Amino acid sequence: MIKARQLVHEYFRRDEEGNVESIQTALDHVNIDVKPGSFVAVLGHNGSGKSTLAKHLNVLLTPTEGTLWVDGKNTADSELLWDIRQSAGMVFQNPDNQIIASIVEEDVGFGPENTGVPTDEIWKRVEESLTAVGMVKYRSHSPNKLSGGQKQRVAIAGVVAMQPKCIVLDEPTAMLDPNGRRDVLRTVHELNRTKGVTIILITHYMEEVVDADYVYVMDSGSIAIEGTPREIFSRVEDLKAHRMDVPQITLLAYELKQAGLPLPDGILSRAELVEALERLRG
Amino acid sequence: MLRDITIGQYYPTGSVMHRMDPRVKLFGTLVFLISVFVYRGIVGLAVVTLFLAGVIGISRVPFRYMIRGLRAILVLMLITALFNLFLTPGEVLFSFWKLKITEEGLICAVRMAIRLTYLILGTSLMTLTTTPNQLTDGLEKSLGPLRRLRVPVHEISMIMSIALRFIPILTEETDKIMKAQMARGASFDDGNIIKKAKSLIPLLVPLFISAFRRANDLAMAMEARCYHGGEGRTKMKPLRYQGIDRAAYTVLVLYLLLLIALRVLL
Repeated sequence: MIKARQLVHEYFRRDEEGNVESIQTALDHVNIDVKPGSFVAVLGHNGSGKSTLAKHLNVLLTPTEGTLWVDGKNTADSELLWDIRQSAGMVFQNPDNQIIASIVEEDVGFGPENTGVPTDEIWKRVEESLTAVGMVKYRSHSPNKLSGGQKQRVAIAGVVAMQPKCIVLDEPTAMLDPNGRRDVLRTVHELNRTKGVTIILITHYMEEVVDADYVYVMDSGSIAIEGTPREIFSRVEDLKAHRMDVPQITLLAYELKQAGLPLPDGILSRAELVEALERLRG
Repeated sequence: MLRDITIGQYYPTGSVMHRMDPRVKLFGTLVFLISVFVYRGIVGLAVVTLFLAGVIGISRVPFRYMIRGLRAILVLMLITALFNLFLTPGEVLFSFWKLKITEEGLICAVRMAIRLTYLILGTSLMTLTTTPNQLTDGLEKSLGPLRRLRVPVHEISMIMSIALRFIPILTEETDKIMKAQMARGASFDDGNIIKKAKSLIPLLVPLFISAFRRANDLAMAMEARCYHGGEGRTKMKPLRYQGIDRAAYTVLVLYLLLLIALRVLL
């Protein structure tokens, strides 16, 4: 679905005459592979280059060096721009700043309108997408009257209506309360399961990546660690070295193991820890 | 005070007015604006008032909600009324010191106040019953012929609808910044006009920065959803005239003719 080889992105800072003042490398020879239908998480703290990567997937930025293929299409080819944007939808952090219309259903219809979908088809897609995110009830509401989580679900519906093969979510939960976060994540997982949409979730919350199929941890522009969540969270020391937190349960299991208890590596949930402890007590 | 602005806000009630074609409502607003300046005499005023009351009734937007929008222009109305009241030459009714109230002035002031009120009510009724997107579509379609003169009709209407969508968001933001600055000891009500104007700087600077940031985000979100101008765009809600729209056109034309007739005949 997505393949990046030696992807480099540099931000140029220019002075008033347009001469390059300084160069900041946001992506440094990044290689990623995302299989169709999988749920991939990209972790990293602020300034790790994860948002830059997201913008590349939607061709809001193009590579300085290296190549990126989205659904087999090279993002450097400007003729494929709209094709790629249609196959890779994008949800941003701030729900207020990505809703264009003043009525929920009109906003969901905005994407299909842009790509020239016939009217009847637009209505069908709007209906389907709003059902998929559980927001049909609010179809004629103003987005201003919705909560953050609901707005973010509307934004997701707006992307789903374009029937992309892949959805990139750039810190979709960063501005939400715990309830909103839960709703949004549940919606995203459901889309992945029921519609087979490839999901790329960019986040800095460790808890959100536990259910992913594969995780990339980014630090200062390159992939620092990659693997399944279980593999990642077995490497507590590595994660700490990259200034990443570990879910509390995993950390607890890790500390218990350090203290001498023979627990397995990479425990991800409370149930797993309880089970492992029960087994110990035997 | 900022919350009182009802112009540009949509108020859904599902009435016939809401379902009408936006082009009809645009035309209707234009007709109403003309009528407010064309009418003459008590009969004319009665017809205009009746029309406005009828339309407000059909729209089912609470009258009290509409009146709130008037508060924002109260000062403007008072000033206009006072100027008219004291500065119109004519038969003196009443005078003290250097000020005199003339009969013509009195009539003029009342007429002006009525006109302003009706103007605001009439135009806000359009935005209250039409979603910004419909309004944009209506404008785009009505102004379509201008495209041949290279007027960027689609872009203009897009700009308008986005501006309308962000009014409540920026209002809320203004409130937030105001409170944040007040928490740091800023005051927005003290001192003379110059001091008051100066005290707005710490409000406006952050507001502008945040507005630009929002604009940047929004542009990116629109691009990500394949927005590339009006070309090749389809409509989710294409404009098609229904029976009710034709009826409304007839009523509007008759109304305008009636007022013109009244003006000519009386």
